[in-house]
Amino acid sequence: MWRLVRTMWRVGRIAVPAPEKPAPSAGASPTATPLPWSGSLQIRHVDAGSCNGCEIEIAAAFGPVYDAERYGARLVPSPRHADALLVTGPVTRNMADPLRITYEATPSPKRVIALGDCARNCGVFAGAYGVEGSVSDIIPVDVEIPGCPPSPEAIIAALRGLTDR
Amino acid sequence: MTLIGAGLTMAAAGALLGALAITLVPQRMRPVAGGLVTAVVGIGGVIAGVGGLSGTVLAGAAWTRIAPGLLPLGDARLSVDALSGVFLLLVGGVAIAAGIYGIGYTTEAAHHENPAGSRTTQATVPLFVASMLFVPASGSVTTLLVVWELMALTSLVLVLTEHRLRPSVRDAGLWYAGMTHAGLVAIMTGLVVFAAGAGGETFDALREGAAGMSPAQRSTVFVLILIGFGAKAGLVPLHVWLPRAHPEAPSHVSALMSAAMVALGIYGLIRVGFDLLGGGPRWWGLLVLAIGAVSALFGVLQASVATDLKRLLAYSTTENVGLMAIGIGAAGVFASDGNRALAGVLMAAAVLHALNHAAFKTLLFLGAGSVLRSTGLRNLDALGGLVRRMPFTTALFGIGALGAAALPPGNGFVSEWVLLQGLIHSVSVGVSTDPIVAASIPVAVGVVALTAGLGVATFVKAFGVGFLAQPRSTAAANANESPLPMRLGMGLAAASCAVLAVAPAAVGGSLDRVLDVLPAVRDTAPLADSAVTLRLAGIQGSMSPLLIALGLGLAAVLVVGVTRRIAGRAPRRVVGVWANGGPERNSRQELTATSFAEPLTRVFDDVLRPEQDIDVTQYAESAYLIESVTYRQRVPDRLEAAMYPPLLATVEAWGRWSRRLANGRVHHYLAYGFIGLLGALVFVAVTT
Amino acid sequence: MSTQDTVISVAAALVQVALIVVGAPYLTGLMRQVRARIEGRAGPGVGQPVRDLRKLLHKEATRPEGTSVVFIAAPLILMASSIFLAAVIPFVSTVAAVGGVSDLFAVVAILLLGTVSLALAGLDTGTAFGGIGASREVTIIALVEPTILLAIFALSVRVGSSDLTDIVAGTLASPAQVLSPASLLAAVAFAVVIIAEAGRLPVDNPSTHLELTMVHEAMVLEYSGRDLAMVELAASMRLALLLGLGVNLFAPWGVATSLTPLALLLGVVMLIVKVALVGVALAVFEVFMAKLRLFRVPELLAGSLLFALLAVVASYFLT
Repeated sequence: MWRLVRTMWRVGRIAVPAPEKPAPSAGASPTATPLPWSGSLQIRHVDAGSCNGCEIEIAAAFGPVYDAERYGARLVPSPRHADALLVTGPVTRNMADPLRITYEATPSPKRVIALGDCARNCGVFAGAYGVEGSVSDIIPVDVEIPGCPPSPEAIIAALRGLTDR
Repeated sequence: MTLIGAGLTMAAAGALLGALAITLVPQRMRPVAGGLVTAVVGIGGVIAGVGGLSGTVLAGAAWTRIAPGLLPLGDARLSVDALSGVFLLLVGGVAIAAGIYGIGYTTEAAHHENPAGSRTTQATVPLFVASMLFVPASGSVTTLLVVWELMALTSLVLVLTEHRLRPSVRDAGLWYAGMTHAGLVAIMTGLVVFAAGAGGETFDALREGAAGMSPAQRSTVFVLILIGFGAKAGLVPLHVWLPRAHPEAPSHVSALMSAAMVALGIYGLIRVGFDLLGGGPRWWGLLVLAIGAVSALFGVLQASVATDLKRLLAYSTTENVGLMAIGIGAAGVFASDGNRALAGVLMAAAVLHALNHAAFKTLLFLGAGSVLRSTGLRNLDALGGLVRRMPFTTALFGIGALGAAALPPGNGFVSEWVLLQGLIHSVSVGVSTDPIVAASIPVAVGVVALTAGLGVATFVKAFGVGFLAQPRSTAAANANESPLPMRLGMGLAAASCAVLAVAPAAVGGSLDRVLDVLPAVRDTAPLADSAVTLRLAGIQGSMSPLLIALGLGLAAVLVVGVTRRIAGRAPRRVVGVWANGGPERNSRQELTATSFAEPLTRVFDDVLRPEQDIDVTQYAESAYLIESVTYRQRVPDRLEAAMYPPLLATVEAWGRWSRRLANGRVHHYLAYGFIGLLGALVFVAVTT
Repeated sequence: MSTQDTVISVAAALVQVALIVVGAPYLTGLMRQVRARIEGRAGPGVGQPVRDLRKLLHKEATRPEGTSVVFIAAPLILMASSIFLAAVIPFVSTVAAVGGVSDLFAVVAILLLGTVSLALAGLDTGTAFGGIGASREVTIIALVEPTILLAIFALSVRVGSSDLTDIVAGTLASPAQVLSPASLLAAVAFAVVIIAEAGRLPVDNPSTHLELTMVHEAMVLEYSGRDLAMVELAASMRLALLLGLGVNLFAPWGVATSLTPLALLLGVVMLIVKVALVGVALAVFEVFMAKLRLFRVPELLAGSLLFALLAVVASYFLT
């Protein structure tokens, strides 16, 4: 335990300083606005068929170095507790209905964030036999984060657009 | 004529004439007749009870009536004082609720060829209630024994009501008959030794003569009546008939047995131990305390893993009787040490708990009966979803469960609070730091606490699994609400729970009068100052159940108001349940009672030692493909399994051996008679 | 009590309620922020739970089909019991407006009432997770009951009463009693009780996402909107209540014994300071703790029961 204490003392703060607050991009969808009573965004992550590359970047974004929680975003286990769905991967045939059910289960007002090229337009898996379509084919998408995988800075910028912090 | 006389006459006449009337009326009127007669007998009991509790009845100057020559071996003697009064009130109240409930429960509509509606059963119920009422009213050994046996016989007939429907009923009847008569033998032996030692059989003579008996004699009497009355009350290890007989009887009879009859076992213990014997050495109290603690823990443990609703309630009765015995035992310990204030508090707690238990156990059994009538099921693993189909029953069962779980604002919490106050003040109220008291009282508090915690788990299971969520079987899905008489009966029991929960003043004065009957705690009047707030004389600290209930209500109103202002009144959108995005939810996903109790079963598996059976069926084509898995769990009564088979085997071996004596030769039988007579004469010559 | 005194003590009770209702989310935020800083992160700030609650109040409330009034009533009962306890526990002053409502047994039982209502709501949803959470929660509270009541027993011995105002006033009157063996043993037992009742590590992880490791969270998976806000606020309030109860039983300095404004103000300030300190200590403790397997929790609770039993025996022989 004392080794742990010494490490904590030595390392101190790992989180990088917060970059400048991003201006809302011109081509953003009209629904990509922060929720009313913002500053708080609970996110439910849904893996609709991804290769887990985006999940690693999400883990990095919420980890100590980039620390997405300081902007008011938090991952929650149940869609009922969530304000936004963070969907990764092209939507496979098996995950199409669960994704719709998850969307229905989320209380309004809600946002859907399509993270990664696969979620936006099926990426490298476009036309594969197991893929139903992109996320916007199944549920309405509000924010898109391009990249394969998107960098944690991009994820954080998109989240900050929704939390307004 | 005094209230007591009027009440008892009403009860006796009502029972006898009513039983006759029930056998004569046509079948379609029998349910109403049966229920009304039982209710009338109950009202008689309540009137007699009120008469016994009120009025200027001082200790020793009880209301007495003698009917010489009525009974074969002596006079029938009745004597009612405040202690009898409170138990008359208890039995009468339960009988009124059960009687009114029975009007609906025993109809043909309730169950085709309803055995509970037969002439025998309907006529026996008022006789059963009347015999229960005359137990606290008895004033001599003969009277007590006669009505005790009458109570046993009538209740046996009632337990066997449904013997054509299930073989388990016959098994239950056999166990019940055996144990209740073994208890009768113990009580009879004890009281006969007492009467012989005191030189008279009336209670007055016993009271006077008790002081002159040797300590060995008094202790013999005490142990014998503890065995006898403890068996009736359901104290471990003589409890084994309770989880068999109470579930198999018709539900209104179960309520009568569980709420009223076991209370009479407690009455007997208090009457003979504290009143007639006048209290005794400390080991009596410690023995009762120890038995009570084991009963409470074992009962609630078995209840927490039971999946049969009525069996759960039966084990819960053992638990509550154990709590009453803890109160009585601790009162005995403190009385023998001279600490009368604490003894008074603990005795008041025990009697108050008897009252509270009668109220909520009646309500719970009547609710279980409603469920049984409308679904045909007692198995919690197959129930569920009744809150939508039977809202009234669910709400009332919830009130009963709140009382049984001893949570505020329920009534069980009040008596448990008084019990705990009596136990925890044992150090500060000038009691010497005697090592035995220092060791046993903290253990008793720990036992009461663990019992309370497990009781909460038990009733969350019973209410949550049995009534909430979705139905787990088609029978539960097709349930319908009970008819009006059954709802009325349950409502009466619920009303008495509510009164007992918030109005300590209603019982405080009466309990103080009850304590005045018992010499060890006379004039202690622990609840004298209790109006809205329970204040125990001689003990610092108070609790007001009414103010707590009001405070919680006020806070709830405040919360509703504020949330409406801030968050608006938008109705909630009804959505499919979140099953992790899976397909349509079905009732197989819900927890059953077995799975709900699984963590507890695991934690206590050294005591419970459940038996598990896993059956795996494979497809014929391949042993690697599994078609179905069946899991069965049984939690047998381990105390019974440890104690009774050896006992029964011994009795059976003895019986087989003694069969050789009956070899059919007349001259052997004459010789037995001669030797027996010779031995008796020698014995008498030597001892006198 | 004179009318003026009654009015002042009622006002003090209302101040307590307001303090706990407003301060509990900040306490939770403080604990999360401390944990974040120790882990090297920046953290969302102490006021984040308040932002979360404010947002939740304006979200849509949903109700799963097949649930009954129990599902809707449980958050209400939780909040009502927490508010009632915030009013009656002597946090700020030991002069109670109404007698008979601050008995320690009653306080513990009302906390239990809130837990039971949530367990019933978990069962009412008809999901496996709700049932699992309910079953685990009632097992844990059943096993922690003996510890609680024995600790109350040990505390009540010194003052001869189990009424909270008497216990707190008694400790204030003779401060050396806090260091007696009975008191120290009871304090250790009570610390485990707080962790078990509030659902903190190592008994339960309040921020887990894995349903099979959840106890409290599993029962609230179906709540949303204002119901979820009430449940979260009640959970924070219960933590604040338990920590406040702990500090006032074992370190009550600062609690007002008279109804002068200065004493009451000091009581408020000291309450905030003490609860914040204990909350930070708990948060630091949790950084070094992993959650126990569910079936190791009874061993922990049995250990705390032993401490409570020793506390009672010590109070018999060593007072």
